[in-house]
Amino acid sequence: MTTALRGRAADRSRAAGLARPGRRRRGRPVALFLAPFLVPFAAFYLAPIGYTLYQSLFRMHRSGLGLTAPTQVFAGLSNYATALGDADFRGSLLRVLLIGLVQVPLMLLIALGLALLLDAKSTLFKRFFRLAFFLPYALPGVVGAIMWSYLVAPGLSPISAAARHLGLHLDLTSNAMLAPTIGNMLTWGWTGYNMLIIYSALQAIPAELSEAATMDGCSAFGIAWRIKVPLVRPALVLTTVFSIIGTAQLYNEPAILHNVAPNLSSTYTPIYAAYDAVNANNFNAAAAESVILALLAFVLSFGFLKLVQRKGAAL
Amino acid sequence: MTVRQSLSRWLVLGVLLVTSVYFLAPVWWLLVSSTKTNADLFSGNGFWFARFALFDNVHQVFAQQGGIYWQWLANSALYAVGGAAVSTLIAALAGYTLAKYRFRGREFTFNSVLAAVLVPQPLLAVPLYLMFSGVHLVNTYWAVLLPSMVSPFGVYLARIYAGSSVPDELIEAGRIDGAGEFRIFATIALRVMSPALVTIFLFQFVAIWTNYLLPVLMLANDRLQPVTVGIVGWQAQRGIGPSAVPFNIVITAAAISAIPLVILFLSLQRFWRAGLVAGSTK
Repeated sequence: MTTALRGRAADRSRAAGLARPGRRRRGRPVALFLAPFLVPFAAFYLAPIGYTLYQSLFRMHRSGLGLTAPTQVFAGLSNYATALGDADFRGSLLRVLLIGLVQVPLMLLIALGLALLLDAKSTLFKRFFRLAFFLPYALPGVVGAIMWSYLVAPGLSPISAAARHLGLHLDLTSNAMLAPTIGNMLTWGWTGYNMLIIYSALQAIPAELSEAATMDGCSAFGIAWRIKVPLVRPALVLTTVFSIIGTAQLYNEPAILHNVAPNLSSTYTPIYAAYDAVNANNFNAAAAESVILALLAFVLSFGFLKLVQRKGAAL
Repeated sequence: MTVRQSLSRWLVLGVLLVTSVYFLAPVWWLLVSSTKTNADLFSGNGFWFARFALFDNVHQVFAQQGGIYWQWLANSALYAVGGAAVSTLIAALAGYTLAKYRFRGREFTFNSVLAAVLVPQPLLAVPLYLMFSGVHLVNTYWAVLLPSMVSPFGVYLARIYAGSSVPDELIEAGRIDGAGEFRIFATIALRVMSPALVTIFLFQFVAIWTNYLLPVLMLANDRLQPVTVGIVGWQAQRGIGPSAVPFNIVITAAAISAIPLVILFLSLQRFWRAGLVAGSTK
């Protein structure tokens, strides 16, 4: 650690000591204790964000003949205008939005349903089912994606082979099937994780609540719908927000699917498009695209939070 | 039990069984396929065994490209163990400090850390790559290790846990006995926090082991790559030519790379639940 940092740490710990009068005066090493986390946090989280914002406002200016090194010039918001004017990028945003609109509610409904079934008293083999549903999450995402890419690859796919037996032609990597295939990969990989979060919240509900409702003549379905679901609302909100952010950063699945489906375009998702721009040595464009995507993910997840908060207050 | 009750019980069991087939069948396919020769992968029932070639496949995986698969596993282990160990320790210290000391800017610091949990990670990878190439860290172990040492989620978990489980009286007692602040943390708090430490370590270990984006950007040298990047690289080298990697090798390599995680999951289930519960009560 540099001496400058140490000096600052001492200053802050003095301030921290003052903030707590009446205590025995001794070094309160708050800054010293936080620094091992905050320094790398600033370097590897905050700095990249700042760097992206900064770069999104500049562009490389190349001289006409390309004989001199390109120089960086201020570009205002023109990178943003270019990104939003790019049909490929807009298409990727729309695609992810559509996948999210269909896949996230479907996955969370399944997760909620499974969690409620596992939480019901009379259900058999709970332990086995819990493990079975959670297993996909235990596989590295890349392994799951490689596995599914082969499960849908023409020539290798056992699903297509089964369809062939029934006299059907089914190509799960055709243009029309790409989005459902990716949606399936996400649902398969993340349902169990979301189920376990909801299930943990269900387990925290006192058993007396359900017992009292049963005595009042409430059916098992009624208990689930009227008592349990409202009580696990925070878990549902959390899983929704995580799922929105997860969908916004969709990359691994399409990138790996591309290995068996060359028709999948290199601008299929926004992150994919941004990486494409990086590969084309256009980091300024990639930066603007990243910022747009981050803003969109933020607006959607934050908007969702506000929406449920208002609804919650009205109830 | 009434007829209706037992009927609904069977119905529930049926639904759960069908769903578990959906979740288990692909993994079963992966296991079965890892025992097949490359030719057998393209014929017959994908969900049932053909000629048993598992050991031959494993041998081929570890022989491919001069046995680089060992190196990849070792790299993954280094990144995951090193990154998770360091990030757990500094997250524990930061979380404990945020929970047990009152100081100006405490809530601001904690809220920034929380907000960081919500930043899409892939967005950080490209600017990190550019920053690291500026200081010549790209294509070194540090390129992956350094960013892996930061776990905002770990700080969140450590703060919650320290706040609820490390009694102030214990810290005061340590002070009265004349122990320094760091010693109190290292000898008293860390011990009380150990269940949370296991959870933080586990989550970070898995996050690093399964990370693909950061290492694939940072590491062009395949001797430094973790196993995820290596396998996807093999998968991309399909088709004909001397460097083409047959499907059976990719499938078996993918299956092997999942084993450490599956073991971790099954043996440490309790700690998984702890982390997920902490997330759901936010």
